[in-house]
Amino acid sequence: MHASISLPVSPARQAEAARNARDARNDRVFGWVLKACALLVLASLIGAAASTLWGGSDAFRTFGWGFLTSDAWDPGNDRFGALVPVMGTVVTALIALLIAVPISFGIALFLTEIAPSWLRGPVSSAIELLAGIPSIIYGMWGLFIFAPFVAEHIKPWLMNTFSDAPPDGQISWLVQHVPWIAKFFSSDYPFFGAGVLTAGMVLAIMIIPFISSVMREVFQTVPTRLKESAYALGSSTWEVVWDIVLPYTRSAVIGGVFLGLGRALGETMAVAFVLGNTFKFTPSILETGSSIASTIANQFGEAEGLQKSALMALAFLLFVVTFIVLLIARLMLRQLGNREGR
Amino acid sequence: MLTSSKLRIATIVAASLFGMAAQATDITGAGSSFVYPVLSKWSATYAEKTGNKLNYQSVGSGAGVAQIKEGTIDFGASDAPMKAEDLQQFGLGQFPVVVGGIVPVVNIKGIEAGQLKLDGETLADIYLGKITNWNDPKIVALNAGLTIPSFKITVVHRSDGSGTSFNFTNYLSKVSNEWATKVKFGTAVEWPAGVGGKGNEGVSQYVRQIPGSIGYVEYAYATKNKITYAQLKNASGAWVQPNAKSFAAAAATADWKSSKDFNLIMTNAPGAEAWPITATTWVIMYKKAKNASHAKVAFDFFKWSLENGQEQAASLDYVALPDTLVKQIEGYWSAEFKN
Repeated sequence: MHASISLPVSPARQAEAARNARDARNDRVFGWVLKACALLVLASLIGAAASTLWGGSDAFRTFGWGFLTSDAWDPGNDRFGALVPVMGTVVTALIALLIAVPISFGIALFLTEIAPSWLRGPVSSAIELLAGIPSIIYGMWGLFIFAPFVAEHIKPWLMNTFSDAPPDGQISWLVQHVPWIAKFFSSDYPFFGAGVLTAGMVLAIMIIPFISSVMREVFQTVPTRLKESAYALGSSTWEVVWDIVLPYTRSAVIGGVFLGLGRALGETMAVAFVLGNTFKFTPSILETGSSIASTIANQFGEAEGLQKSALMALAFLLFVVTFIVLLIARLMLRQLGNREGR
Repeated sequence: MLTSSKLRIATIVAASLFGMAAQATDITGAGSSFVYPVLSKWSATYAEKTGNKLNYQSVGSGAGVAQIKEGTIDFGASDAPMKAEDLQQFGLGQFPVVVGGIVPVVNIKGIEAGQLKLDGETLADIYLGKITNWNDPKIVALNAGLTIPSFKITVVHRSDGSGTSFNFTNYLSKVSNEWATKVKFGTAVEWPAGVGGKGNEGVSQYVRQIPGSIGYVEYAYATKNKITYAQLKNASGAWVQPNAKSFAAAAATADWKSSKDFNLIMTNAPGAEAWPITATTWVIMYKKAKNASHAKVAFDFFKWSLENGQEQAASLDYVALPDTLVKQIEGYWSAEFKN
């Protein structure tokens, strides 16, 4: 075998090699740190889901699948079910989306396409400020101002038009001819403003800033030449928006909508004040109800034993609901991607 | 332990450096939100006098009891008394500190504060959803001379778990068999009727907003928000108005003497002038203190509060405990707590 020969290496080379080694090591350490940051998120998510599942295991064991389909919430006799809170959570969030998405779209459109440039700055900052208002403020506003307004102006009109027990006593043509519509607009408390619809409306106001600022950001990324070309071909503003801007930004817009939906699903204090907090199953949007987060906020402080476990189980179900919603969002995006042939 | 002795030396050095006469101790407590206002008022004055501060978290009775069981705080405060077995098991003792009243509040056109009369059974029937209109014969019969309109009753209750609900439902289960068997009592129950407001504030707002509604709140909320409250018929059959006098009467006539560890819920008290939904809050402490110096300050604080805090309690619409009860509590301290 050869005897090893040590080649003469210049000191400059040596220094360079040392620096390279040091850089490589630093890169590796940096990579680990970044990985740890990302894993921390994953770990806290899994930890939170697992600990709520663990805390709720008593309730799941006791009630089995019946926990999902029961509308009971009876701490006195230890009977609990998640049906009403889960439905309240989903329905209020959907109402919020139905109101917030078109309005946010309009805001974003106005700010990026139509508004004079001196107006864009102030309105954008105002929207971002709205996003920073704590939810308890929306809750107090909902309780003191908005709920009475709904009771006085919105609810009577809705009940006169859509319910079979209208305050003015005249059952409308619509109700007489569409059999099931009255079910969605009945109310045990016609003079009471709080309820599912009111909560949905307050939530809508809370999530508009989120959805509209995402939309505004992504609308600005549309290349000017695309829009200019469309205008040059004689498109109206609406046609440019609908056929150029929206298709270009579709996935980001849907992402923004689901960001708002996520917030609406988990919102606690505002909903607790304007939802009425009852556990009666009803399809009506004018009736009172409960949501998962508001039930937990209401009862956790004083809960013991099986009730505490049922609240933990509810928290776990909120994870499940949010997960399903995100899954749907992913699937929708993939579907859209396929259709575009990307 | 080395670190704690080091700490102690450090504090002594610091104390001598700053020339403090006595070393100030901060005691910690947690639990009932019902006593929070009066505790913070008492502790502010007490801190001025002695330099000892009280750090109280009003996280709810359930959480307060859980924390004292774990020994993370010097005292817990609960709106519901702990059971004798639990006290025994954890080596805890409990005593009441202050009295307050819970009042039914209504929103009926043309009816002023203190005019409407209700008895326990009627109140229970309203909350059970069996009486649904204000001109029900049972209500009319109780209110001869008062014109009550025909109007649908909307029941308002607390949506959050609370000592207020605990005492209110406890009263209803004492006066109505149906309530006692069907709904039972607790910090939260399955309400047979009505809507839920969050906190005293939520209930008083709902009652103000809904015509024909009835709710229940702590007395202070009814007077501050100027909501119409009702009279109640008490256990001795007399009509009483809610006020400091009738709350004090309930505290004085309740049978504290024969209740072990003060385990007595005051609702439906027997006295002729007693307000039937009167509540108290219990302070819970270890009989053998985990931190003797803290426990000593805590006892000193409660002794001072029970003996000198009446006026401050009254200014917040609470009622101080009657003298005989204070004597009994002080006897309980020296008999049960080892320091």
